[in-house]
Amino acid sequence: MRFGKNIFYYRSYNVAIYVGLAAKGGGLLSEPILAVKGLKTTFYTDDGQVPAVDGVDFSVRAGEILGIVGESGCGKSVTSLSIMRLVSAPGKIVDGRIVFNGEDITHASEKRMRQIRGDEMAMIFQEPMTSLNPVLTIGQQLVEAIRIHRKTSKREAEAQAAEWLKLVGLPRPKDLLKSYPHQLSGGMRQRVMIAMAMVCGPKVLIADEPTTALDVTIQKQILNLMKKLNRETGTAIILITHDLGVVAEMCDRVIVMYAGKVVEEGPVKAIFKNPAHPYTKGLLASVPDLRNRKKRLYSIPGNVPKPGEITNGCPFHPRCEWAMDRCRGSLPEWAALGAGHRARCFLHDMKDGIAPGKGESHGGTAVNR
Amino acid sequence: MAEPLLTVEGLKKYYPIEGGVWRKTIGYVKAVDGVSFEVFKGETFGLVGESGCGKSTTGRALMRLIEPTEGRVVFAGQDITALDKRMLRKLRKDIQMIFQDPFASLNPRQTVGQIIEEPMIVHKIGTKAERKKRVRELLEVVGLSSAYADRYPHQFSGGQRQRIGIARALAVDPKLIIADEPISALDVSIQSQVLNLLQDLQEAFGLTFLFIAHDLSAVHHFADRVGVMYLGRLVEVAESDRLYASPKHPYTKALLASVPVPDPDYKSEGEVLQGDVPNPADPPSGCAFHPRCPFATDHCRRVRPELKTVEEEHRVACHLYA
Ligand SMILES: Nc1ncnc2c1ncn2[C@@H]1O[C@H](COP(=O)(O)OP(=O)(O)OP(=O)(O)O)[C@@H](O)[C@H]1O
Ligand SMILES: Nc1ncnc2c1ncn2[C@@H]1O[C@H](COP(=O)(O)OP(=O)(O)OP(=O)(O)O)[C@@H](O)[C@H]1O
Ligand code: SF4
Ligand SMILES: [Mg+2]
Ligand SMILES: [Mg+2]
Repeated sequence: MRFGKNIFYYRSYNVAIYVGLAAKGGGLLSEPILAVKGLKTTFYTDDGQVPAVDGVDFSVRAGEILGIVGESGCGKSVTSLSIMRLVSAPGKIVDGRIVFNGEDITHASEKRMRQIRGDEMAMIFQEPMTSLNPVLTIGQQLVEAIRIHRKTSKREAEAQAAEWLKLVGLPRPKDLLKSYPHQLSGGMRQRVMIAMAMVCGPKVLIADEPTTALDVTIQKQILNLMKKLNRETGTAIILITHDLGVVAEMCDRVIVMYAGKVVEEGPVKAIFKNPAHPYTKGLLASVPDLRNRKKRLYSIPGNVPKPGEITNGCPFHPRCEWAMDRCRGSLPEWAALGAGHRARCFLHDMKDGIAPGKGESHGGTAVNR
Repeated sequence: MAEPLLTVEGLKKYYPIEGGVWRKTIGYVKAVDGVSFEVFKGETFGLVGESGCGKSTTGRALMRLIEPTEGRVVFAGQDITALDKRMLRKLRKDIQMIFQDPFASLNPRQTVGQIIEEPMIVHKIGTKAERKKRVRELLEVVGLSSAYADRYPHQFSGGQRQRIGIARALAVDPKLIIADEPISALDVSIQSQVLNLLQDLQEAFGLTFLFIAHDLSAVHHFADRVGVMYLGRLVEVAESDRLYASPKHPYTKALLASVPVPDPDYKSEGEVLQGDVPNPADPPSGCAFHPRCPFATDHCRRVRPELKTVEEEHRVACHLYA
């Protein structure tokens, strides 16, 4: 692919997208570009309060890909909507802070947020059709996205739009600009969404299940594209997915969510090679691996809880093989496991720590040791 | 190997495309276009392929939930395609389906007990008391409490609803179960519960499965033999381990190379497939895969390859293996 060259050519448009970013990106590598601290987002419904996000902490550095994994309803999307300040009634951010590029945006005005959204911070969703306007052409939408945030002539914006379509691997960009969303396939629409999110050179791109609705061969194309954009532009990506394979392939760091809380965080290798939280261990052991066919998969007993369903202790305790009395009594604090790896589990408080292998039957061995 | 329980020969399902003022048929969507395979007693045959390749249509057409356009289906020695309505109804007892969306496939106004009992009533099995007892047994078999019989579907999670669907399918002691994406709507930790349950039931009752899914890892795990579909046709059929260890068709290779592997040290090999799945209303000439195939020749563009045995128990539809 002539990707690098395209980017170079793109600079001649004087859009100062990459030039500035690359310079900043290098210097700020240790500083987080986005930090989320103690975030709590609650929905006030007729049936009561739903603590969808219940004390979430994490940060993202420039240029990195952070994965957020977890099962349905654990709060991944609400976390990302909270960051973008797109949570609407009956939902509300009730606690915590969101610091973007040094600025506390937890209570920033809607006007300020509109400047940030689609410019410095962008988001793509699982179903691109819901975020593309069906009555406008791809070209009109891309041009608008560019011109909202940058002072460019219409012609220049059109040229940039075409260039972006080429960058995301779409054929015949000139024709595509004139077509409507429904005329494109799912994979093509997702590429358009990526182009749309990237046109202003965001510092952070939040991708919420960007490939879940796509076939695997198309997913592969899209993931490769996202990785390439990340490496070449320095845009940090928060990749939300329930697919552990996608995480392993794409991410530098991972946070694992369960019932509105982060239960483990670490570099991708640590999470996959040395999972520390029983939930992470169980999840990894329950997915089939193409290279290594097991006779039987491990399975975590019980059901995925709804937010707020488990009010006492560790949210995982009803399904956990190692649960002890104290797990039912109070919420475990973070246990540091070295090199950015930590887990919220009492087993790591104990002298010998936790070491049972994933998927084995070992009811309570760690406890008795 | 055992005798085939199900033999599918040249199965086709074309959907007419209507157009113009007179709503005349102006073409066909060849959803299934000449599919042949067999499923042996006690095995799981997996059908994989990308969205729209015709997996569900194959599953439905072979039990005549939709009428096939052409082809022959033989089940337990009986030609299904030749049966009249009454005989077909009787035979349906032996072939049951499990669906993708456990919510949409359960009637919200019926209790779980009524849902599971219904196929027994339809096929006139047992007395009322016997059926009630069987419902309680079945609930336990699929790992639910028999006390759940009086509850309604909305009171259950996705995984539990799928268990209810499985209990309903088991109610009439079927010989073959067609499971169409039975786990794809479920959470990761629940998927393995359901896969394990199906595995246990197969061992306990000697069931035969046609397992339809787009998740290649799950199919590899669960199926004994696998058929790979592309645009309405089978492109490769082989024993599961063999297919995954040494895929032959360029499409199968690309498909396998695209599956994300849950291991950060793993570097996937193989080409990333370019382009999109073509429109089944206007399939490419010759080998339908040729526009995306890195090895396509003129011959591939002109002549459609047939599914041929190239190694023992390994069939491929590709000119590279002619
Ligand atoms: N508008 C709303 N009103 C009430 N509850 C809501 C609302 N939106 C989300 N929730 C609840 O918040 C919880 C978290 O939802 P969220 O969409 O973040 O889950 P998720 O992790 O993204 O799941 P999925 O993998 O299914 O997308 C869910 O239990 C959901 O029911
Ligand atoms: N009733 C119908 N009328 C017209 N076309 C149809 C009809 N049902 C299915 N098709 C078409 O037939 C093709 C095969 O569809 P089918 O549902 O069998 O695919 P599939 O492999 O099960 O896909 P998925 O993985 O998305 O479930 C598709 O192109 C579909 O659009
Ligand atoms: S804190 Fe207790 S219940 Fe929670 S994961 Fe650890 S051992 Fe299990
Ligand atoms: Mg979500
Ligand atoms: Mg289907």
